[in-house]
Amino acid sequence: MAKEKITMPQLGESVTEGTISTWLVEVGDKVKKYDPIAEVLTDKVNAEVPSSFTGTIQQLVAAEGDTIAVGELMCYIETEDGTVADSPAITANNEKIEPVKETASVDQSMKKRYSPAVLRLAQENDLDLLTVTGTGKGGRITRKDIEKILNESSAETIPSQPVLEEPVKHELQTNTVAPDLHQGDIEIPVQGVRKVIAQNMVRSTQEIPHAWMTVEVDVTDLVTYRNKLKASFKQQEGFNLTFFAFFVKAVAQGLKEYPQLNSQWAGHKIIQKKDINLSIAVANNQELFVPVIKNADEKSIKGIAKDIYVLANKARTGTLKADDMKDGTFTVNNTGSFGSIHSMGVINYPQAAILQVESIVKRPVIIKDMFAARDMVNLSLSLDHRILDGLICGRFLARVKEILENMNEATTNIY
Amino acid sequence: MTVMSYIQAITTALREEMIRDEKVFILGEDVGVKGGVFRATDGLYEEFGAERVLDTPLAESAIAGVGIGAAMYGMRPVAEMQFADFILPAVNQIISEAAKIRYRSNNDWNVPITIRAPYGGGVHGALYHSQSLESIFANQPGLKIVMPSTPYDAKGLLKAAIRDNDPVLFFEHKRAYRLLKADVPEEDYVLPIGKADIKREGTDITIITYGLCIHFALQAAEKLAEEGIDAHIVDLRTVYPLDKEAIIAAAKKTGKVLLITEDNKEGSIIGEVAAIIAENCLFDLDAPIMRLAGPDVPAMPYSPPMEKFFMVNPDKVEKAMRELAEF
Repeated sequence: MAKEKITMPQLGESVTEGTISTWLVEVGDKVKKYDPIAEVLTDKVNAEVPSSFTGTIQQLVAAEGDTIAVGELMCYIETEDGTVADSPAITANNEKIEPVKETASVDQSMKKRYSPAVLRLAQENDLDLLTVTGTGKGGRITRKDIEKILNESSAETIPSQPVLEEPVKHELQTNTVAPDLHQGDIEIPVQGVRKVIAQNMVRSTQEIPHAWMTVEVDVTDLVTYRNKLKASFKQQEGFNLTFFAFFVKAVAQGLKEYPQLNSQWAGHKIIQKKDINLSIAVANNQELFVPVIKNADEKSIKGIAKDIYVLANKARTGTLKADDMKDGTFTVNNTGSFGSIHSMGVINYPQAAILQVESIVKRPVIIKDMFAARDMVNLSLSLDHRILDGLICGRFLARVKEILENMNEATTNIY
Repeated sequence: MTVMSYIQAITTALREEMIRDEKVFILGEDVGVKGGVFRATDGLYEEFGAERVLDTPLAESAIAGVGIGAAMYGMRPVAEMQFADFILPAVNQIISEAAKIRYRSNNDWNVPITIRAPYGGGVHGALYHSQSLESIFANQPGLKIVMPSTPYDAKGLLKAAIRDNDPVLFFEHKRAYRLLKADVPEEDYVLPIGKADIKREGTDITIITYGLCIHFALQAAEKLAEEGIDAHIVDLRTVYPLDKEAIIAAAKKTGKVLLITEDNKEGSIIGEVAAIIAENCLFDLDAPIMRLAGPDVPAMPYSPPMEKFFMVNPDKVEKAMRELAEF
């Protein structure tokens, strides 16, 4: 019998801490190696922490709601790896070897020993070393680790980069210096996904000079077409053929023709992305996720509708994976689903623009000096004015409008 | 290009320089009729005669002294010490005279002598045939110490040493003589004295060394490359004065530096290299400067296991390189 520690595992490349949302075991429970012992909420996703050992849970050191840094103690487990007479020797051996490896791999004794090169690079680039994972001996952060981060951030700034998160974190903290708290007020800790949303939004609005532009689109034909297909599609495919799928398709086509909008700001350069991966905003009650429809330009309307259905379901059930949410190049936001008719979206950093698809509203419109009842929708674009100007965005919106206004049974196949 | 052994490259350089400049002559023990104990001067006696390839008495002080005197009178002597271990009786001539005459005479006189000496261990040579003695001379401004690691470098640098207008000590690793073979151009070329050479480009760790240890490092680097460890290897070539620029650039490149010499560790060439790096590269260093060298034991033992313990070899180099890479 041996008392072993179970520590917070590394649940993703850039993840530095996790909040225990639920313990799945109690003291005295017997668990097998790899059995889930706790649900952990990280910056990005919810994940289950597997047990590193087979044994009996002895003590839960961290409580639910506690945020624990990667590598820190979560609980103690009593393992059964001793030379007990009735346990076969081979099993005992196997289990003996494994824990040694586990502890060796999380040796962090050198994590805070910084070499002059690492300190200099961190200072020059405003990098918080506490957010960097070291690959050196004892978890030491090597010069190469830093150089890798710097290379990556100059090549492509992805939201999970600790480099850029830091000043934002600072901003969030200063905002909460003097809370005005009265009896009966509810304090909600900002953590997990909420914290990430907050950070990303602050960063986006602080860093990106936003500009806005809205066009009005007549989608009467599209509405007729979709309504005609709606029931049979649902029966055949088992999920809804939403308007949103048509909009996503039209945006993907538009981006293919205007790749300038499918790009990212990377400091001293702009990266025009080859793949068209559309982030779509999906919310559940507390949280907002932006899962990604990969290569949307290569998919049919049905394919897109299916992706939307699958991703929305995952968001609702909290089963989105980090993979589902990465590599987005442009965001389409279905604000119309709440009845909004005009909104100004905050760009999904580090993308160049976000398009809000507003509510489709039947309105009187003048056509050839006569009133007609038409299905109208507003498309509101927020753009990063460092990357984009009004002209190109106007052309892009005009093109998306043209595609949508010409979507009907004769021109558009959903398969 | 011809494939030449290290010692053939030396002989070729000597011969070509003797043809090119009749002031060039050779003196040393058994260099003439016998052609040298390692046969570095093989055939030169026959080709150039007794007046240009002089067999001397067994007196290193005289070999150096005669050479220095002749050099001051405008000759270009190439003196051979049969083994570097026996250079010690000549130290007074080399340090007090050769190294200082230009300075002492206010630039009126100079000593264009080259003193060749086979050095190094790993050949069961025991105490008096295995030593590395470069560090004895490596704080004497006025001297240059060249220690080439390849046949190509040996030919180009020996020619440069002979043409140099000041005294050059030219140490040749005796184990390299017939161990190393490589393409060497047949035409005349010289390599600059005082310039290090990058023998392998890499990004993970920097190895700075010279002489035979270059080959140990190159061998280890190939092995480690399979594990994804990419070594940058710099050959000092001239160990005095050191190529500071190259040392600093190489150290800054990876921030992890391994220095290797087969000399005793304390007070060796690489200690000075470490000091240069420490003075100039603090904010680029990602690991303590690491030294791999012979132990601080008076001399190379004869007993094979003990000699192995003393000598730097590819396994030791590989172990040190891996340790540094993982740091």
